[in-house]
Amino acid sequence: MASHPRPVSPHLQIYRPQLTSILSILHRITGVFLSIGILVLVGWLVAAASSAEAFDRAQSLAASIVGRCLLFLWTVAFFYHLLNGIRHLAWDAGWGFELPATYRSGWTVLIATVILSLAAWALGYWARGNV
Amino acid sequence: MTAIKNNLRSDLGRVRGLGSAKEGVHHWWAQRVSAIALIPLSLWFVACIVSLMDVDRATAVQWLGSPVTLGLMSLFLIALVYHAVLGLQVVIEDYIHTTATKLILLLLIQFAGIGLVATGLIALLLIVLYGG
Repeated sequence: MASHPRPVSPHLQIYRPQLTSILSILHRITGVFLSIGILVLVGWLVAAASSAEAFDRAQSLAASIVGRCLLFLWTVAFFYHLLNGIRHLAWDAGWGFELPATYRSGWTVLIATVILSLAAWALGYWARGNV
Repeated sequence: MTAIKNNLRSDLGRVRGLGSAKEGVHHWWAQRVSAIALIPLSLWFVACIVSLMDVDRATAVQWLGSPVTLGLMSLFLIALVYHAVLGLQVVIEDYIHTTATKLILLLLIQFAGIGLVATGLIALLLIVLYGG
């Protein structure tokens, strides 16, 4: 069955991006990205169950530059999706629907995401004393 | 305004079976229940990862094999995959409008989800049984 060439709504070509719409699509993007992370988590568990060599390989992959970058992006995605998810749960309960409240909670989520992501990594490096 | 009735079926007869049939409500609710469960579980998981990012296997296996970790990690994995499959399902339904592709992708994420949970739980079981 072919898909129909109907226009989609919102009309993205003329739709002015706003904080609310950007945060909305970011929730999806981070959700999909975090889902891919499940493969890494299960891979890590399998490596731990397999052998010392397999586990060391997994650990050095995670510690590589690309590994660290990806893990940092997953950290940011995690805190964003967690905080914005709580924002969504508040909306579901009927709280914070007014426009100013929506913007306030949106900026709060963004700022808290940056702080928590950096704090988690600072704590991680500090815990093993190699700053 | 009253519409002209051109057949003998009752209004109820015409609309029955056309609605969400309660499926939508279940999906919506399950997404939120798993989200609430994941708030403490995912925070626990991230805190653990932060504190043991470059440990050796012996330490990791010892940690994973303890009853509390085993329980929380199993719950985390199940809730996480369940929540992810529900979320990916909505994304696919929203953006893929070709029936065949949509069905294949939906089946794929369901199978992948079940496969990942099974693999993760078996790995945990092997760790606790044989110490890895």
